[in-house]
Amino acid sequence: MLEKHVDILIIGGGPAGLAAAIGAKEQGVDDILVIEREDSLGGILGQCIHNGFGLHRFKVEMTGPEYAQMDIDKVRELGIPTLCDTMVLSVDENRRVVAINKEQGLMVFNAGAVILAMGCRERPFGALGIAGTRCSGIFSAGTAQKYVNLMGFIPGKKVFILGSGDIGLIMARRMTLQGSEVLGVAEIMPYSSGLNRNIVQCLDDYGIPLYLKHTVIEVRGKERLEGVTIAEVDDMRKPIPGTEKHFDCDTLLLSVGLIPENELSQGANVEMSNTTSGPIVDDEFQTSKAGIFACGNVLHVHDLVDFVSDESMKAGKAAANFINKKTKKGTIINMLDGKGVRGVVPQKLKIPVDGEDAENVQVMFRPDKVYENARVKVYNGDNEIYSVKKRILAPGEMADIILKKDIIQNLQNAPIRVDIES
Amino acid sequence: METKVLNITCINCPVGCRMNVTVEGDNVVDIKDYACPRGVKYAKQEAVAPLRMVTAVTKVEGSDIPLSIKTAEPIPKNKISDCMIAIRCLALSSPIKAGEVVLANVCDTGVDIIATKSV
Repeated sequence: MLEKHVDILIIGGGPAGLAAAIGAKEQGVDDILVIEREDSLGGILGQCIHNGFGLHRFKVEMTGPEYAQMDIDKVRELGIPTLCDTMVLSVDENRRVVAINKEQGLMVFNAGAVILAMGCRERPFGALGIAGTRCSGIFSAGTAQKYVNLMGFIPGKKVFILGSGDIGLIMARRMTLQGSEVLGVAEIMPYSSGLNRNIVQCLDDYGIPLYLKHTVIEVRGKERLEGVTIAEVDDMRKPIPGTEKHFDCDTLLLSVGLIPENELSQGANVEMSNTTSGPIVDDEFQTSKAGIFACGNVLHVHDLVDFVSDESMKAGKAAANFINKKTKKGTIINMLDGKGVRGVVPQKLKIPVDGEDAENVQVMFRPDKVYENARVKVYNGDNEIYSVKKRILAPGEMADIILKKDIIQNLQNAPIRVDIES
Repeated sequence: METKVLNITCINCPVGCRMNVTVEGDNVVDIKDYACPRGVKYAKQEAVAPLRMVTAVTKVEGSDIPLSIKTAEPIPKNKISDCMIAIRCLALSSPIKAGEVVLANVCDTGVDIIATKSV
């Protein structure tokens, strides 16, 4: 059995893992390995053939495969080793990583640092508790996307979609353009969790109705799905009797949320957050276990890949600093979700010690509902240290604020709290 | 000249202003209910000549996986379905490189369809 040392081992060769590898290499570490379970790099971007990627990072709009290729080319150009078709089986807190593939069999890597970049997966049908038969024809939107875009076949002819997440909206258009009939999209919340541009360009353009405050209450069919029943819901998200509508369809697509994929992280006993479902990290993206870092959708679910790449570059750089013994030493304080705020990342921050340079810290979070003309305020203990007006905050778009280095330099040893004041 | 009032949702930011746009023939004469200049710019284009990028996949002889393709520029919205028909009629064979033109001047739009990956 192969057993070897590697300075930085990155789990996942999607946008997060690739950007982390680039960040680490550019910070001066050469002994890097990216492990990917699929047979090619790029992660989910390969099946996201629509455009809209890269506007923030490259200032041009690209399709998913084109965006992925930019990073794949960069990784190749930098000569960073990658290992595809390889499954990581476990990671422990001492950064011993066990992986397996068909050619080399079982492998053990003793890593100087590990970067968790496994991404997320879709919430499945079984998690929804919808009444009815368990027939075929029910897919997550991402599964349907893989069938259509990577395998070249259409999962069904008459389609209903539950959940208005972006993948569901994108698939409404995709299925329509490929000749299927999309009957409607039901969203349990009073607002869509998808981007406006997707509502306009994927639903409105094709006359596909969006039923807000509606959910699927029953699926029916013997072998194959034959129809779904939807109903309006009240403010407690309970179906209202008498509001049922029936749709005859052979396919139900689900776009009902993404869940960070953290089985490996839990095996390494890293402390987890209940709100983000990802590891708890500090401002260098280090988890509660020394030398184990996390970035991208495994840390918290993003809306735009551009922000995944930015975050992961920083995580890669921080892992390289760990290898070079340049990790910050400051006192750790907690960052807390305040009023109207969910899932602040990072959850911990280091107050720089004497002789250490403070750096700007980007703080990301989601609002708990839609706010217009609200103010985001940051407190350090009882002191307000930052305040900014936001024209609009919506749960469908991750919000961020930058705490400048002079603020970081002057932090007191007390928790930081982020509030939204409307 | 015929006057129409169109409801246009701005796509530039999460506010999603629902604008009322008055059009006379091919001229935008009034825009209401917008919050910023980006909405005005979008409404002017969208009311008169809405443009869309089209992305799709197509079969390629000699490749196990479909080829992803896109219009190199946005095309008029009313040409989308003709464009999809033209895409369905493509008969390509590998190798094809990302960026290569697979169909020139689709539906006389002056826009080419190009590959977005290599197969």
